[in-house]
Amino acid sequence: MTRMTMIEAIRSAMDVAMETDPNVVVFGEDVGYFGGVFRCTHGLQKKFGSQRCFDAPISESGIIGAAIGMAVYGLRPCVEIQFADYVYPGYDQLASEAARIRYRSAGDFTVPMTVRMPTGGGIFGGQTHSQSPEALFAHVCGLKTVIPSNPYDAKGLLIASIEDDDPVMFLEPKRLYNGPFDGHHDQPVTPWKKHELGEVPDGHYTVPLGKAAIRREGNDVTVLAYGTMVHVALAAAEETGVDAEVIDLRTILPLDLEAIEASVRKTGRCVIVVEATKTCGFSAELMAVVMEGCFHHLEAPVIRVTGWDTPYPHAHEWDYFPGPRRVGAALKKVMEHG
Amino acid sequence: MSKTKGEHGPLSLFVPEPECRPGDHPDFSEMLIPKAGEARKPPVDVDPMEIHDLAYSVIRVLNKKHEAVGPWANELSDEDLLEGLRHMMTLRAFDARMFMAQRQGKTSFYMQALGEEAVACAFRKAMRKGDMNFPTYRQQGLLIAGGYSIHKMMNQIYSNELDPVKGRQLPVMYSSKEDGYFTISGNLATQFIQAVGWAMASAIKGDTKIAAGWIGEGSTAENDFHSALVFASTYKPPVVLNVVNNQWAISTFQGIARGNAATFASRGLGFGIPSLRVDGNDYLAVYAVAQWAIDRARRNLGPTLIEFVTYRAGAHSTSDDPTGYRPKDESSTWPLGDPIERLKQHLILRGQWSEERHTQAKAEIESEILQAQKKAEEHGTLHNGPHVPSGTMFEDVYKEPPIHLIRQRQEAGL
Repeated sequence: MTRMTMIEAIRSAMDVAMETDPNVVVFGEDVGYFGGVFRCTHGLQKKFGSQRCFDAPISESGIIGAAIGMAVYGLRPCVEIQFADYVYPGYDQLASEAARIRYRSAGDFTVPMTVRMPTGGGIFGGQTHSQSPEALFAHVCGLKTVIPSNPYDAKGLLIASIEDDDPVMFLEPKRLYNGPFDGHHDQPVTPWKKHELGEVPDGHYTVPLGKAAIRREGNDVTVLAYGTMVHVALAAAEETGVDAEVIDLRTILPLDLEAIEASVRKTGRCVIVVEATKTCGFSAELMAVVMEGCFHHLEAPVIRVTGWDTPYPHAHEWDYFPGPRRVGAALKKVMEHG
Repeated sequence: MSKTKGEHGPLSLFVPEPECRPGDHPDFSEMLIPKAGEARKPPVDVDPMEIHDLAYSVIRVLNKKHEAVGPWANELSDEDLLEGLRHMMTLRAFDARMFMAQRQGKTSFYMQALGEEAVACAFRKAMRKGDMNFPTYRQQGLLIAGGYSIHKMMNQIYSNELDPVKGRQLPVMYSSKEDGYFTISGNLATQFIQAVGWAMASAIKGDTKIAAGWIGEGSTAENDFHSALVFASTYKPPVVLNVVNNQWAISTFQGIARGNAATFASRGLGFGIPSLRVDGNDYLAVYAVAQWAIDRARRNLGPTLIEFVTYRAGAHSTSDDPTGYRPKDESSTWPLGDPIERLKQHLILRGQWSEERHTQAKAEIESEILQAQKKAEEHGTLHNGPHVPSGTMFEDVYKEPPIHLIRQRQEAGL
């Protein structure tokens, strides 16, 4: 067992996957010799050679399109998109191709591909380095979408994603790379090395896709969150004293409907916390899921806390980011009913 | 500032127009058509810088007298050529039959390869088992020349109970890994970069297989064409990048994708990719150029770009009527002729074929296709069924159905 940052855990996942299966290849912009702008692939080219880890041209449609071809051949490519904000040129290859190749060929061809990308804000990245586009993937049937919240899960989920026989979008909350950021931007972040979920086995293990984790058990309200917002929700629960059950969804598609329904039926209240914009965001889907599955158990209207429906601003980052103050207010408000 | 404006006058936008529109007399006099046999044949390891001329010329083998001439000739035996003729005749007869089936309401849609049969049929002949095509919707000749069952193709077209893709795809969107035929997207150009990725994988694994990407001249304007050329030039994988220039993208003439400046083949030159232009209605020339490019790929010499100059003699699809945008008789004045007629005449000249044998072969092929059609229709047509059971629509979205799909299937009662 070693204490790792999320970057080290992600790197370790690729290292283990490449050792386990010679068909795993890693490429993307700056990922080869240099090891990635966030250093997630550092050392992989040196260890596995440039046939298995290499730099790609600045062409997201090319990276994803080529990875699809490789996956169709029988490799398991794990490619990096430098920021989730840059994925859109490759979106056609994801939505029209990767997602449907198994279906349209009736299983004749498959795409065991993983597309990694740093997501979310909190780093003063402005509107081109802070977006959370997960709803655009979750809306496409045929893709799986994974968003870890800590190093242990990041490694186990990434190995599971690479070994999965379907295309997986793997979104890495970049504000969590070095520690469990809880939204208190004016306070230092505890490094992962001092957090129990920074404890990561060195070898091979998986965390199954489609299974949520309860991060804090509670009886009064269910908080549905993933990625950075898990830590914001935990902080808000501690600070308000509301006995919240915080569920870390980990995979938004497949979504762990049973875990959501069991918790909301128990607590009778629900707050949904998502960093992405509100309208048609994944928070809307979560709300619909709760309404469809738990309406008769609800004692209060479900509340969403999300990013505002604006582009991600630069200077006004902390007025945009759904931090613990807003989440705390929502927890108190949902408790006022009944 | 005002003086400058006065000197040059106001700006205006250039929008290319084809030479002829409906009502005009078709005119291909501006088209460059070198004599058959004129184009040189470089060694496969040639420096791409030394063969720029071949991206602007047209490699041709069959001349007006139906002789095979020049350095690209004499690569195929009599048997090969007879087989090639049969493939093209089968494809044309198959297309005609399925076009009619659509008109009879047995399926929703069809796309013919009329006039461009030589491109896919001759290219397929140069490939080996295990190689992979990433085709568009007009390369059904790859399947027919590869010996794929036309009965199976019809099952797909009818979306019937034996449809290999279970009624999920529009007609002609075939898929067969076994036969080196990647599932057709229906979106344009996406497969071009995928072919490059597949070939990169073959190289990474130290395999011996090669890939062929296919694209129409119109969709070379898509970004996937350009990313394919970038990746192909960077990693030099064993891929042949085929541009089928059949002059028309639905109603849009080739000049809209190309401008009036250059050829589609010449797009490869800036990437340092050897780029050839070939008479796409000349079975022998298509085969020779395909063989050259495949040989390069197999020897790890990297990608080749080929532009096949041909003509879409039929409509774009059963939903299209070309008389609305091009002269009615343009097809019959196409200067590179008809691929079946040209190979037929060449075989007659070789003493291997005759008008009588041709008529007889045509009748035999039509009868075989009719038999296959009857057999396919016993298993259903689009509107009358039977189809694969509806519940299967929930399968293959993922390898294992997630909980939300299991619930939706229950809700649907399927």
